[in-house]
Amino acid sequence: MSAAAAVCLTIIVATVAIGTAVGFLAGAREVMSLEQWTVGGRRFGAVLVFLLTAGEVYTTFSFLGASGWAYSRGGPILYVLAYLALAYVVSFFILPPLWELGCRVGMQTQSDFFAVRYGNRALAALVCVVGIACFVPYIQLQITGIGIIVAVASYDAIGRTPAMVVAVALLVAFVFARGIRAVAWVSVVKDALMVFATLAIGIGVPLVHFGGPAPMFAGLVHAHPRHLTMPGATPNLGHAWFISTVLLTSLGLYMWPHAFAASFTAKSADTLRRNAVVMPLYTLTLALIFFAGFAAVLIVPGLANGDLAMLTVVRQTFPPWFLGVVGGAGALTAMVPASIFLLTAATLLAKNLYRPLLAPTMSDDQVAGLARAMVVVLGIISLSLAIFSSSTLVSLLLTGYAGVTQFFPGVVLGLYSKRVTARAVFAGMIAGVGTALFLMLTHRDPLYGVSAGFVALCLNFVITISVSLFSRKPT
Amino acid sequence: MNARKPSIAALLLALVPFVAMCFTVSLWDRIEPMPLGIPFNLFWLICWIILTPLCMWGAYRVEAARDAGQGADR
Repeated sequence: MSAAAAVCLTIIVATVAIGTAVGFLAGAREVMSLEQWTVGGRRFGAVLVFLLTAGEVYTTFSFLGASGWAYSRGGPILYVLAYLALAYVVSFFILPPLWELGCRVGMQTQSDFFAVRYGNRALAALVCVVGIACFVPYIQLQITGIGIIVAVASYDAIGRTPAMVVAVALLVAFVFARGIRAVAWVSVVKDALMVFATLAIGIGVPLVHFGGPAPMFAGLVHAHPRHLTMPGATPNLGHAWFISTVLLTSLGLYMWPHAFAASFTAKSADTLRRNAVVMPLYTLTLALIFFAGFAAVLIVPGLANGDLAMLTVVRQTFPPWFLGVVGGAGALTAMVPASIFLLTAATLLAKNLYRPLLAPTMSDDQVAGLARAMVVVLGIISLSLAIFSSSTLVSLLLTGYAGVTQFFPGVVLGLYSKRVTARAVFAGMIAGVGTALFLMLTHRDPLYGVSAGFVALCLNFVITISVSLFSRKPT
Repeated sequence: MNARKPSIAALLLALVPFVAMCFTVSLWDRIEPMPLGIPFNLFWLICWIILTPLCMWGAYRVEAARDAGQGADR
């Protein structure tokens, strides 16, 4: 192993070790009841909720994927800036009433909401199954991300598979032992590192190679005049795609079961409302990540895998210790969301699927025990998928997004309308998920330039509303 | 079981960033002019990321005033 790789790896290992230690120390004095483990006893203030939501929104996909898209696709990547800022606008109207309802009846998961609001076990179970199905590829993607980061940052001294095995073992251990509180505090370490790394990369890369962002963009416009506007380097991602995708994903962001459940950790509805006001600013860091991706078009053209663009540019621009810091931040950036997904999926499986359907007499403590066992099982499943993964990961992920957004009509109408019925939501959700799956699996996404998930969401709304009007039986 | 509906004023304030960052994409998705040397579409979105919290702060004030008014009524 070269000296550079040794320096780099030491820093990555130290970063991950410190992050994990913070997770273990956090909440060491708390007694771990089911409510403490899943929603932190509902006592998180604005700062911790901010870090927890930021921690799960900014995943490996935004760290490596955003720069990768800026590199390989160009203009269409701008949808990320728009949809994240707008998702918080949507959350302003959804999360506070959700929290109030959740607090009143003790909800911990998304499926709880559907069970309580609609009083229908089949609907709650459907939400649960769709949610878990959408999670598996998302967890798998994070684990693969860790593998890529460690392999590149160690100058290929460590293979992907051992890196992924160690990372999964660590994250299963601290989720198993400490629950949501551990995750929130690891987010603190990870976010501090990531903001530092992003600033340094976004400003440093254009400065070192071009003397600043302005000459870098001037050079890029000169060399590739079409790269920076839509559809960029793609054939069909134009303005209709942009509008439909921004709507789909901004409505869908908080429909992910973990984001939905994270709102229950807040100590008041007002915390969530204030959080929704300031969160868009966090999106600015992503604009800097785009700078690195665009710079890579000129510095390292012709990479086969766009997801490697940012790390490759960093390796060419900065000393090895800095690559180590970026690698450590990147590894934590994958581990934090992966552990939140594991925790949410395990809780859904144990509390909302196993107990109501198979063992109604289980106590909360037994459910907590089963959920912890499920963390281990799901960790192993996702790890095996990641080790034997194929290149269709990104398409699986987009299918997941199109899937979870189908919860939106049931949530927003459930909160604000008296007339919507369980049967209508069930029918709309089946139609929406079915349409999205069909269009994506038959490669009809985008459909006439419009995102397939958005087409499915429109159909879902139409069916939910019309069945509600026809059944005329208020719930 | 139903939540209180948000006020029209708050919804209109929330609509502003949607119009600016989503529906009007055809108007601002271009490279020229380049303020500070940044392509216009990227510059526009960065500006609106900063302006969105201002709109939502307005919506927050509207909703908070309504909450306070309703508390006094009871």
